[in-house]
Amino acid sequence: MAQVAIKKRKGILGALAFVAVAIGLFWSLVIAPPDAYQGDVQRIMYLHLPSILTAYLSYFLVFIGSGMYLWKREKRDDLLAHSAAEIGVLFTALTIIEGSIWGRPTWGVWWTWDARLTLTAILLLIYVGYLMLRSLIEDENRAASAAAVLGIIGFLDIPLIHMSVYWWRTLHQPPSILRPDKAPWENVHPAMLTALAISFVGFLLLYFYLLSMRYRLGEMREEIRARRLDRGA
Amino acid sequence: MALLRESYLLLWKDLLLELRRRESLLTMFFFGTLLLFVFHFSFDLAPERVAEMAPALLWLAFLFTGTLGLAQLFQPERENHCLDALLLSPLDRGALFLAKSCLNLVLMIVVEIVVIPLFWILFNLRSWNLLPQLFLVTLLGTIGFCVLGTITSAITLRARARELLLPLVLFPLMIPVILATIRCMENVLRTGEFGDAIPWLRLLLSFDVIFLTVGVLIFDRVIEN
Repeated sequence: MAQVAIKKRKGILGALAFVAVAIGLFWSLVIAPPDAYQGDVQRIMYLHLPSILTAYLSYFLVFIGSGMYLWKREKRDDLLAHSAAEIGVLFTALTIIEGSIWGRPTWGVWWTWDARLTLTAILLLIYVGYLMLRSLIEDENRAASAAAVLGIIGFLDIPLIHMSVYWWRTLHQPPSILRPDKAPWENVHPAMLTALAISFVGFLLLYFYLLSMRYRLGEMREEIRARRLDRGA
Repeated sequence: MALLRESYLLLWKDLLLELRRRESLLTMFFFGTLLLFVFHFSFDLAPERVAEMAPALLWLAFLFTGTLGLAQLFQPERENHCLDALLLSPLDRGALFLAKSCLNLVLMIVVEIVVIPLFWILFNLRSWNLLPQLFLVTLLGTIGFCVLGTITSAITLRARARELLLPLVLFPLMIPVILATIRCMENVLRTGEFGDAIPWLRLLLSFDVIFLTVGVLIFDRVIEN
């Protein structure tokens, strides 16, 4: 019975995510006005910002899950870290693709070695490395500890990488919403902020939906393995 | 203090082994020199551009030779179950981490002490008076490389294709060190002093301190029987 209840709750979460993303898209494509300088291209921001924020959230969860696993040795913490890493890679890749699509008409190039772009690409490399490391170690407990260590040092490295690529070069859009000189509601059209907020909520819901699915998948794999061992014995 | 003493003993054991076999040191040294030749032929630089490229070329050479050393780092322990024996002994695992980091550090520094002047000779550079500053930057960068390299080499120890996996995991994490050392050395070569590069030095130092601490604390979770 508990399983059915969980399934139902997940269904609700999925439906909510779908509705929120749909409303967010409607708001950002139809209701929000086009940007004064960039025109309609700017609308990709409503996806771009939520994607990268959820990616960072993901890597934070990898860090938490890894730390908890090394401390308590609970399988579920490792599963959390692993699931979060996979979805984090997905959202980071999405961010880069969206950024490219926006960069081509705005900057004239698909890719440029700007600080934030570079940082995002390095994040992608680190966490793809994390997933490769996991897949190349046979023994599951060893893979989990090794990955947990990488999950921790990778996350601790982010501020250092951030600083170094920033000093190296900066060309990205200066932050247009969280500006130091003006409050967000003074320089951004309210409909734009609403669209962004709804998109963000939608992405968060979608993120937790995907995470719960991925987590359940891991649990099921574990169950299958346990049953096979039982039958073998 | 016990930690330092244990690390010293372990390091001494590894250095002794290395002195008898001379495997890692010779291969690393040879590879480093070889890379200078390869770089020379591939870039065919005009003399006035060499100083601009020198930091990047040197650091590429150090990264590659260092990776070669890291791949061999736990080799003695892999033979005859020595690792299990080490882990059974009442040693602090942090000491094992410090010893292995220092071993790779010693090997890399020996290589660097030869390769940097060799670079100056082969590429006809005149700025010999700047070498002490360049060595300082290289030392800080190499410490960061060895510390993080030892952690990553330990976590890839039981992986399939670990020699290939090691750089894939390590290099993205090394980006702050690569950027900081190269910018620092460029600045020194251009202006003759650290000047604007001081923040980079601080970044290098924080990198070293952070991952040294993390390594000592976390290493007993990294290496398990």
